[in-house]
Order: sequence, then C-alpha cells, then structure tokens
Amino acid sequence: MLYINCPHCGMRSQNEFSYGGDASVKRPELNKEVSDQEWDDFVYNRKSLRGKHLELWQHISGCRQWIKVERDTSTHEIFRTFKAEEEVA
Amino acid sequence: MQKYSIFNLVKNAFSNHENWDLAWKDPTPKEQYDVVIIGGGGHGLATAYYLAKEHNITNVAIIEKGWIGGGNVGRNTTIIRSNYMHDENGLFSEFGMDLWRKMSQDLNYNVMFSPRGIINLAHSDAQMNAYARRGNSMRLNGIDAVLLNREQVKEIIPMADFSENVRFPIFGGLMQPSAGTARHDAVAWGYARQADSMGVDIIQNCEVTGFDVVAGKIKGIRTSRGNIKAKKVGICVAGSTNILAEKLNMTLPIETHLLQACVSEPVKPVLDNVVTFGAGHFYVSQSDKGEMVMGGDLDGYNSYAQRGNLPTLQHVLTEGIAMMPFLSKLKMLRTWGGIMDMSMDGSPIIDKTHIEGLYLNCGWCYGGFKATPASGWTFAHTIAQDRVHELNAGYSLNRFSTGNLIDEKGLGTKTWIS
Repeated sequence: MLYINCPHCGMRSQNEFSYGGDASVKRPELNKEVSDQEWDDFVYNRKSLRGKHLELWQHISGCRQWIKVERDTSTHEIFRTFKAEEEVA
Repeated sequence: MQKYSIFNLVKNAFSNHENWDLAWKDPTPKEQYDVVIIGGGGHGLATAYYLAKEHNITNVAIIEKGWIGGGNVGRNTTIIRSNYMHDENGLFSEFGMDLWRKMSQDLNYNVMFSPRGIINLAHSDAQMNAYARRGNSMRLNGIDAVLLNREQVKEIIPMADFSENVRFPIFGGLMQPSAGTARHDAVAWGYARQADSMGVDIIQNCEVTGFDVVAGKIKGIRTSRGNIKAKKVGICVAGSTNILAEKLNMTLPIETHLLQACVSEPVKPVLDNVVTFGAGHFYVSQSDKGEMVMGGDLDGYNSYAQRGNLPTLQHVLTEGIAMMPFLSKLKMLRTWGGIMDMSMDGSPIIDKTHIEGLYLNCGWCYGGFKATPASGWTFAHTIAQDRVHELNAGYSLNRFSTGNLIDEKGLGTKTWIS
C-alpha cells in the first residue's frame, strides 16, 4: 500500500487516489504553430524514468484536487508531494 | 545436440541421469557478432532461434542482464490465444498459433501446449453484440470463434455464478476453442537449447550499458562484460525498453507498468478452460499442478519494481470471486509481479528504427507470452532482411504519428480511463 501525503488533506492511503501519469509532460501552447513531433511528444511519447519520477495523482475519494507526487519507480518510495500549480525545481 | 527421447531417457537412467549434456553453454562474449539480440526472454530467444533456423544467421549473441527464464517469460500466466478483432493482431497471433501447435516437435522439448479453449464472458446485451462482431472478424481471418449463450456457458463452467440477482449476470460468452496454455519455462528453455545448439551464444549476467552509433549506423554495444561489435542489434527487453531508449536519445510511445499475478493452493481438477470476466479485468485457468492461476489489472502507475501492492490484487480477486464464488475458499499460494512495456494503443511494435541496423521489438502490454513464437519469427525476418514482414507491417513505430493506431481496445497505458 502506498501512502500519499495530499498537500490539502494530509497522509492518505493509495485507495483514495487515481493516477494521472507523467507530470513533466506539457501541452503545446495555444495559438501557436504546433509541429507533428510536438503533438507526438505530448500525446504519446514518454520517458518512463526508472528512479525519481514526478507524476500527477488525483485525490479522487478525498478533496478531488490534482496533485504532483515525486516517487521512485523502482522502489515505490514517495519523497515529496506538491499542489498541482506548484512549480517543482 | 543430444536428442530428448524415451530412448535417451532410458539410456541415461543407467547412469543415474548424471551424464546429460548441458541444455545450453555459458560462453564468454566474442569480440564481434553479425547480430546481437538484447534481452534473453522468450522473444529474444525465439528471435535468435528463427535467425538461425529460417535465415542461416548463426553468428548471433543474446545478451541477458539476468538469467534465462527470470523475467516476464517466467512471470506470465501462460495464456495463448488469437481472439483479436483487428486484422493486424488476428493474423499475427493466428500465425503464432500454428507455431505453438508445432512447437514441442520443432524444439524437441515438451512445452505442454494445451489447447483447452478460452471463454470471454459477456454480462450485457451490448457486450454480446460486441462479441458477435469480434467473433465474426476472427472467423473472417480463419480463427475459430464460437458465440455461446448463457446455457451453453453454464454447461462448460457450471461453477461460475449463474444466480439471477448478481451485479453482473452472465449473458453468454465468446469462446476460442483452439486457445489454451503452455508451460512458460519450457518455452524459454526449449528455444534457448535449440538456439545454443545452432551456434547462438547465450550470454547471461551481462547488462547493456550503452550503444556505439557512428553516422546513424549501429556499430556495437557496450556491456558490463566489455564492448561487443555488431552489424545489427535487436532490442527486445519488454519493461526495460525505455531504459535502453534513453541511452539512444529516443523517447518511445511506451510506459513501463507493473502487472501482478497469483496462484492459489493446488486443488483437484475443476476448470479445464481459460475464463475471463467481462465486466472488469480478471482471468483464471487451472495449472496441471492444480493451482488456480489468476491475474488482471495493472497496478496503474509507472513502475520498475517487479513487485506489486495489495489494493490492486484485492480489486482483481474481488472480480474473480464475483465470477466464481468458490475461489473465495482457496488459500493464496504465491503472488508476484512483472514489468510490462505498455504501448499507447495496447498493440506491440516490431520495426526498424531511425538508426541503421538497430531494430526494436516492444509494447507487448498484457499479451507478450502468447506472441513469443510469432514475435521471434517476424523480428528475425525484420532483422535478417532489413525490412518488415507483412505480418508485422502494422506494428510500426511511426503509427502513432501517422494515425494508423491499432485500436483493439483503445486503452494502452491509460488504465485510469477504463
């Protein structure tokens, strides 16, 4: 069982959350010419890192907020959590 | 190579079975190979075997970071089927079914192929319609499919829950009678033994640390046991694909996810088919030892851990108990996990890459085991001829940018939208 520290609600079990994928993926900006390659990278291509991975989760059975979680994909250890709008260095 | 036969079994009994040849050798890597296959799983072993057998290319090495049989080829739930709707998947898998039927004779190794049939249960009228459509598509591609009504399903699997007041009543099912199971370790060992006997070097405990690419052409690989020159390199490393892709500065339409499976304590024969639950993701078959072999959903988040968490297992087994209530009486014997190369449309990739002489085989999602022979056969063809075979032409790497996705289930890695 993963325990995720929701920045809004505190420590909760994994059962309350839904996964949202790689948080480093950025949607191409609106009103700008977007190349096919940029769309591919946004929609399909993923680094799928082994080790530290910044990812989106939604506290779906709690506050329903999207959050960012920094987690190790080879050990499942969770290091830090952030609000969705927080920029992560 | 020593042939496995009843005569040799008797002969070796006189020497207490102490004089059997090794099934495969433990060679030191040579300086140079015509083809290097990275990944000694089922697909890599099969690729090397068909390179030698079909294309006479025997100066081949398989580079495996662990040991033969330690990855997904020893972690799957051994199901073999070709019950796909789309032509790309159906024709590819049905070609594989032919190889499965001949495999024990071909490899001189009993892979215990057991065509016991698979039944996908339907729990609504809409699902019956969808199954009728898929069954018709299968039959058009020469694959056997039978649409079963509720009574027919009840005759085959009376132990399923046929009571009236259940959340997901069984309306019927789609059966592929020729589908089945095989002994997964034997498949790995059989391919390894034959490949070795034809001159393929199986190099275990050797991790690939980098690639030598000069002017867009592959020249060799760097490994924990030294540099190896190679004219051609094939990558088939399943869940580790992204790790190697990073070393090549490639990003792929693949995410690595964790899939769990489990077996119960062994019980007397009760289930002689593979059965899948249609209102969720759960499947079960009974092994020859009597264990119920079960699996279902991904854990749902990126993972390289090869071990899962209990919430998913509980969720999957809840579906199992809804389908076959007697499962709740069984004790769990083992659970384990493997890491899956989940492609974005749920279908695999067997293709050339933008680097000359470098070939890619990945994206097998939940269904890598059954594809072992067909994947090896087509990947060997792609490497040997430097062009894709018509069977794997649809499994192109660029289909995501061209829009030619193979939308069998439309899921891929995004399990959270299911």
